[in-house]
Amino acid sequence: MFNFVLKRLAIAVPTILILIVLSFMLMFAAPGGPFNSERPLPPQVLANLEARYGLDQPYWKQMYDYVVNMVTRFDFGPSFQYRDRTVTDVIMQGFPVTLTYGFWSFVVAVIVGVSLGVVAAIKHNTWLDYLAVGISVGAQVLPNFVMAPILVLVFTLWLGWLPGGGWQGGQWQYLILPVIALSTSYMASIARITRSSMLEVLNAGFIRTARAKGLPTWRIILGHALKPAMLPVLSYLGPAFVLMITGSVVIDVYFSTGGIGQFFVNSAFSRDYAVIMGITILVGVLTIVFNLLVDVLYAWIDPKIRY
Amino acid sequence: MTLKTLLKASSAIVLLSAIAANAQATHPATGEALAEVQTFTYRVLDEHSSVDPQVVEDVTGAEVVRDLFEGLMNQDATGELVPGVATGFDVSEDGLTYTFTLRDNARWSNGDPVLASDFVYAWKRAVDPALASEYAWFMELMSIENAAAIIAGEMDKDALGVTAPDDSAFVVTLSQPLPYFAQMTTHSTTFPVHPATVEAHGDTWTRPENIVSNGAYVLREHVPQERLVRVRNEMYWDNENTIIDEVTSLVINDVNQGLTRYLAGELDRTEVPPGQFQRLSAEYPDQAISIPRLCSYYYNFNLSEGGPEALQDVRVRQAMNLAVNRDVIVNNVLGAGQTAAYNFTPVRTAGFTLPDLPIADMTQEDRNAMAVALITEAGYGIGGEPLSIELLYNTDEAHRNIAVALGQMWQQTLGIQTTLANQEWQTFLQTRGNQNFEMARGAWCGDYNEASTFLDLVTTNSGYNDAKYSNAEVDQLMAEAKTAADPQPNYTRVEQIIAEEVPIIPIYHYADGYMFNPELKGWPVDNVEQNWYSRELYKVAGE
Repeated sequence: MFNFVLKRLAIAVPTILILIVLSFMLMFAAPGGPFNSERPLPPQVLANLEARYGLDQPYWKQMYDYVVNMVTRFDFGPSFQYRDRTVTDVIMQGFPVTLTYGFWSFVVAVIVGVSLGVVAAIKHNTWLDYLAVGISVGAQVLPNFVMAPILVLVFTLWLGWLPGGGWQGGQWQYLILPVIALSTSYMASIARITRSSMLEVLNAGFIRTARAKGLPTWRIILGHALKPAMLPVLSYLGPAFVLMITGSVVIDVYFSTGGIGQFFVNSAFSRDYAVIMGITILVGVLTIVFNLLVDVLYAWIDPKIRY
Repeated sequence: MTLKTLLKASSAIVLLSAIAANAQATHPATGEALAEVQTFTYRVLDEHSSVDPQVVEDVTGAEVVRDLFEGLMNQDATGELVPGVATGFDVSEDGLTYTFTLRDNARWSNGDPVLASDFVYAWKRAVDPALASEYAWFMELMSIENAAAIIAGEMDKDALGVTAPDDSAFVVTLSQPLPYFAQMTTHSTTFPVHPATVEAHGDTWTRPENIVSNGAYVLREHVPQERLVRVRNEMYWDNENTIIDEVTSLVINDVNQGLTRYLAGELDRTEVPPGQFQRLSAEYPDQAISIPRLCSYYYNFNLSEGGPEALQDVRVRQAMNLAVNRDVIVNNVLGAGQTAAYNFTPVRTAGFTLPDLPIADMTQEDRNAMAVALITEAGYGIGGEPLSIELLYNTDEAHRNIAVALGQMWQQTLGIQTTLANQEWQTFLQTRGNQNFEMARGAWCGDYNEASTFLDLVTTNSGYNDAKYSNAEVDQLMAEAKTAADPQPNYTRVEQIIAEEVPIIPIYHYADGYMFNPELKGWPVDNVEQNWYSRELYKVAGE
C-alpha cells in the first residue's frame, strides 16, 4: 500500500507538469491578451505593461520562470487584471469560500442521497421507492442555474427568510441557498447509484445467508449490505468532491459568493494568465489527491482489491 | 480648562449635536424629511479593475474612485463644471497655461493637507512608463506638454508640463490649446494620490488597511467579487453637507438576480434586464428610470482592401443605412428609452448641435424606396447580383437580437442575405481589429463630453477606426477642430460626410434602464456621462 501511494505521488509530478505545459499552450493559442481592450493601447504603453509582467519573454522562458518560481518560492505570480493582488491572494480569498459551501454541499448530498437510495432499495417497488426516485429525478433535471434563481425568488423575495446572495464571511444564512442549489444534482446522482447498487447487493448470496440466520433487517443493511453497496458511490464521490470544492461558477454567479469558480471563468475571459494557471494547478492537484484518496478507500472497503 | 469643565463642555457638545442631528433631519436645500438610515447599496455587474485613480480603467471602478478621491473640478447634476479641490482656474491668453487654485481646507483622510504637489505627483505617475497605466493615453489626449514623449519612453516623467509653484497653485502647460481641457479634470485619471502612501505600500496601497484618500468617503472593506464598502470621510472638506453615511456596491453578475434582490429590498439601485423595461415601468412607474447615455451603437463596414467588394460601393452602403428601421430597433427590440441614431455623435453631447441630415427627416417608406433604388442602381440585391454579408458581434443576447433584426430588414427590403457570427469578447476584438470581418458591431462611449471623442474615430489614424475609413477632408476638419474657437461647423461637416459616405451605420444612442429605490434622491439623471457622486445623494423618510 505504502509503495502504491508513493508511486502514485511520483506520477503526480509529471502529470502536473504536463498540465502546466498544456494550459500554457492553450492560453497562448487563444486570441487576445490580458491587455487587449476595446481601445487599443499605444504601443509604448503595451510594451511597458508586457515588460512589467514578463510577457515580452519567449513562451518557453515564461513557462520555465513560472515553474521555477512556483517550486522554489511558492510564488504563482501577480494577477494581470488586479494590480493590488497576487494569484496567491486571489486563491486565498476565493478558495476558502468555495471550500466551505462545497464541503457542506457534499455532506448534504451524501447524507440525503445515500439515505434516499437505501430507502428506495429496501422498499423496492413501493410508493416510498417511487417517491425517492421521483425526488432524485426531479433534482437531477433541475440544473443549478435553474434552481438558484427559483430559490432566491422563493426564499428571498416571497418569503423574505434568507438573503439573496453575498457571503459575509460565511454566516449560516448566506450558506443555505448555495448549499441547496449546489447539492441537489449531486444528491440525485448519489441516490440513483446507491439505489441500484444496493438492489444488486441485496440480491447477493451473503445477504440471503444473513437473512436466513435471522438477523434483523437494520443489521443486515448497515452491517453487511451498505459497505459493498458503497463502492460504486465512492468512485463517483471522489471527482464529485473535487468538483464541488473547486468551485461552481453558477453558484458564484447567482449568489455572489466570491468563490473561486467566478475568478476562474473571469480570468479566462480577461486572459489573466497567472490566475488561470494558479487555479488550474490547484484543481489539478486536488483532483490527483482525491483520486488517490478514493483508491486507498477502495482497498479498505473491498478486500478483493490489493495494491 | 480642568478635566471637569472639559467633560461638561464635551457632554454639552454631544447634547447639542444630538439636537442638531434631530433638527437637521431635513435636507438642507430641499427641506425634505430625511430617512434615519442613510445608506446606499447598489449592484455592479463585475469586480472593478482598481480603485487607484491612475490605474482604474472601468466605469464601476471610476464610480468608486469618484467617491474616494476628489480631483481639481467636479461635475454637477447636469454635467457642468463645479469646483472640487480647486476653487477655480485661470487660463492664459494663448490657452496654453492653466493655473488651478486649490482650496486650503482640503484634507487627506489621515489629516494631511491636499497639496498642489500631490497633483503633480499623481499626473507624473499617470504617464510614468514604470506604472504602465492603461489610461496613460488620456493624459496624452489632454495635450499636456511632453506627455506623449514620456509615455513613449523618450523623456523623463519629470519633464511633464505640470508644476506646483506653491502649495495651493497647480499649473499645467499644454502643447496646444484644448477648449475642453478643464472638463477633462473631472476624469479619475487626473485625481490626486497621497505620495507617501503610494511610496510606502507599492501596488497594495489601495487596500483598505493602507489607503489614504481625499474624497467624501474612505474605503472600509473590499471582498473581491463580493462587496466593497465605503464610509464617510470625516476629514473631507465638505463632510457636513454629505448625507449618505455608507455606500456598498455588491457584485451581482446575473442581472435578473439583481432585479430579484432589488425587489426584495436588498438594493437601492440595479439595472433593468434587457427587454423588461416596459413591463417594469408599467408596474413600478416611480422606480423604473431610463437614463440617456453618451454612447452610440453602430455597425462598421470593412472598407479595407480585404473587405467585400460590394461594400466598397457607396450606394450599397447608403442603401443598407437607409433600410435600417431604427424605430423598430429602439421600440421593439430594446425599449428602454434608447433613441434612433441617424448620425454618430449623441445629440446630448455638450456644445453639439445635431446637423440637418436628410435621412433623419424621411419616413421609413421613403427611406426604403430610396434604398431599393440605390441597390438596384448598384446592381445588387433583388434582381441583381446576390449579396451575402456576415455580421460579426461579440457574444451577447442583446447584440444577437439587433443583428437578427438588421438581417431581416436588409433581407426584406434589399434582398441581401446575412449570416450571423458571434465571438467571445477578446477574440472579437482581435478579429475586428485585424479587419477579418465584413460588417462588425461597434459601440463607443464618450471619454469626455465633447463631440471630438466620437468623431475622432472616423479619422484615418484612429486606433478605433475598425472600418479603415479614410477621408482627407475628415482628417483635416478634425485636426482643425482641436484648436478652433468654435468647432461646431467642422463637426457638422464631418457628420454630413459620414451620412453621405456611410463608413458606419449608426443604429441608436444608448439609454440605460435602472430601478431606483423611490426613497433615494439626488440622482443626476441629466448627467449624460453619469458621473455621479454618492455625497450628492440622500434618502428621504418613507411615508
